[in-house]
Amino acid sequence: MKQIYVGLTGNEAVATAFKQARPHVAPAFPITPQTEMMHKFADFVADGVVDTEMILVESEHSAMSAAIGSAATGARTFTATSSAGFALMWEVVYIAASLRLPICMPVVNRALSGNINIHNDHSDAMGGRDAGWIQLWCENTQEAYDHALMCWRIAEHKDVRLPVMINYDGFIISHTAESLHILPDEDAWKFIGPKDLKTGYSLLDMDHPITVGPLDLTDYYFEHKVSQIEALKRAPKYIAEVYKEFGQLTGRHYSFFEEYRTDDADLVIVALGSTAGTAKDVIDAQREKGVKVGLLKIHMFRPFPAVELAKALSKAKVVGVMDKSASFGGWGGPLFNEIRSALYDLPARPKIHNWIYGLGGRDTDTKQIVSLIEQLQAIAKGREAETVNLLGVRL
Amino acid sequence: MAVVNLQTLSKNEDLLTGGHRACAGCTGSNILRQIMLTAGRDTVVGGATGCMEVVTTIFPYTAWKTPFIHSAFENCAATVSGAETAYRALKKRGELPVPREQINFIAFGGDGGTYDIGLQSLSGAMERGHNMLYVCYDNEAYMNTGIQRSGATPFGAHTSTAPAGKVKQGKDRHRKDLTKIMVAHNIPYVAQTTPFHWKDLQMKVRKALDVEGPAFLNILMPCTVGWGFDPALGMELAKMATECNFWPLFEVENGEYKLTYKPKADRTPIEEWLKTQVRFKHLFKPGNEGLIVEIQRWVDDEQRKLLKLCGEA
Repeated sequence: MKQIYVGLTGNEAVATAFKQARPHVAPAFPITPQTEMMHKFADFVADGVVDTEMILVESEHSAMSAAIGSAATGARTFTATSSAGFALMWEVVYIAASLRLPICMPVVNRALSGNINIHNDHSDAMGGRDAGWIQLWCENTQEAYDHALMCWRIAEHKDVRLPVMINYDGFIISHTAESLHILPDEDAWKFIGPKDLKTGYSLLDMDHPITVGPLDLTDYYFEHKVSQIEALKRAPKYIAEVYKEFGQLTGRHYSFFEEYRTDDADLVIVALGSTAGTAKDVIDAQREKGVKVGLLKIHMFRPFPAVELAKALSKAKVVGVMDKSASFGGWGGPLFNEIRSALYDLPARPKIHNWIYGLGGRDTDTKQIVSLIEQLQAIAKGREAETVNLLGVRL
Repeated sequence: MAVVNLQTLSKNEDLLTGGHRACAGCTGSNILRQIMLTAGRDTVVGGATGCMEVVTTIFPYTAWKTPFIHSAFENCAATVSGAETAYRALKKRGELPVPREQINFIAFGGDGGTYDIGLQSLSGAMERGHNMLYVCYDNEAYMNTGIQRSGATPFGAHTSTAPAGKVKQGKDRHRKDLTKIMVAHNIPYVAQTTPFHWKDLQMKVRKALDVEGPAFLNILMPCTVGWGFDPALGMELAKMATECNFWPLFEVENGEYKLTYKPKADRTPIEEWLKTQVRFKHLFKPGNEGLIVEIQRWVDDEQRKLLKLCGEA
């Protein structure tokens, strides 16, 4: 298929993908660094390129609430957020998942207050990781665009029907222009397709009235939560299918996680988001020097592909997990905890250490990752090291 | 002019079934039923967390014969504005599940979900101009969570968080004038009514649904549990609230105030109203006479201002 090669920021790329999905409704409330995405989308609406009804709400809480009201009718619905906006939504983010509404939402990752900080880390998304949403993570603008196309197919699948968060790093991806391939509108539409409004329930089916979001007491609540758990268990199968179909269409092949030079790697770094790109460069350089290091970059963080990850990491001697968020009072960051738990049942576990890095947008350069690899090497040789470490902080 | 006819109304389908779990003597379910008689089947109802949502939708049962949505406490207006927008979006593309030229969107919230925690979402929805009716059923406290004071609780009332004790005598602030706050949004229709004045209520619902854009109704809802009165007397108390000018009936069409009910010139003293409810019992203890005088002063003041706005004084 013929694709178009363009230069766009991450936000513009995602807005373009969403335009191509022809959503019915988009509630929007500005927060940096998400704003530019909605600006771009509003331009599309103002120019009549897409006939989405935007609801310019007065808060992120209302953005997600309006998205719930809209999606409950069957309308294709998206919104976007970052940081404190995501935190303000938090209550309703859970409700969107429990009502099994296929809302799509970019979370343009940004640090949480306080102190107030507009730059990238992953504390916002990690705060909502157990809300019942599917969480997909992107390394660069191309991946953000691709996932913004694929999310609809995943969210709206009749056996999934769950909201999807697409995570991409604030400023690093959202505001940086990169060259990427996009699909022509018709081809994108052919891939995404119109929302199936015939199956499922609609609040606007006046002939078959339904009650949405009733009071659930001790006799049913637990079963309803289990139905969410089951839906998330089913999701990977369809995510894999969508990845496969997208790969065949575009030549860009995705999986739950990407393994970069891990085949014979003794040392493996695990990371989310844009840091993976920096790490790949460092790994290439280290490989030149004969260091057997690889990278495992996670796309699908929720549901968490624990079994597959354990298998992939089982050959490593030392695993270094990079967390761009802190879990205050916890032992290591959220990604570390997941990975470490996933590895527990392996007959022979690699050593696993955690590095908290990049909080509040602290630049993560190649030198930092080189130093991390050096520490992994030392651990592999038997040196004792802290389980949880900091990277790139002034002490 | 909207016309409401009892004969026609009595033939309309009851859209809130019996068997909901409201308290005996609850005037809230009566308010819902009256509104739905006028609104009819082609209505999407939203409910804020609160008494009416809790008593009508205990899973796996529902008392609603029309579509109903509840998501949280403070976001009913925002949730319904999403549904209303989706209706327009789907209609525009010819994709409605069942074609309808007109669907009413009604959001219900108690005073807690409206005066307080839901005020921002309500204000946003009204300012954006959604074609929806927001109804506040005002029972003057957070009844659903145990009768805590709200912004609608009147001065002197005993509540569980503003109790009458040895040194404090219930709530020490007068209530917030939400109806006027809504008028300040410059929306086409705002009104106040009670379930006792069924004709007034139905007429206001009709007008509210007929206007293009947002409308707001504030409806006094006597609450047997929170106010403390004989469950048989709910409607009597709703009536009395207007006779003593505590809850005047008026409407504001495009900013123009109009009194829709004129109590007798010799209005009932507020004392008579206060006497009917346990929440005001402590006001009648020796030494508290001044509090009743203060309430009467406030009611008279408010009424004077309202009459002026209505061109009646």
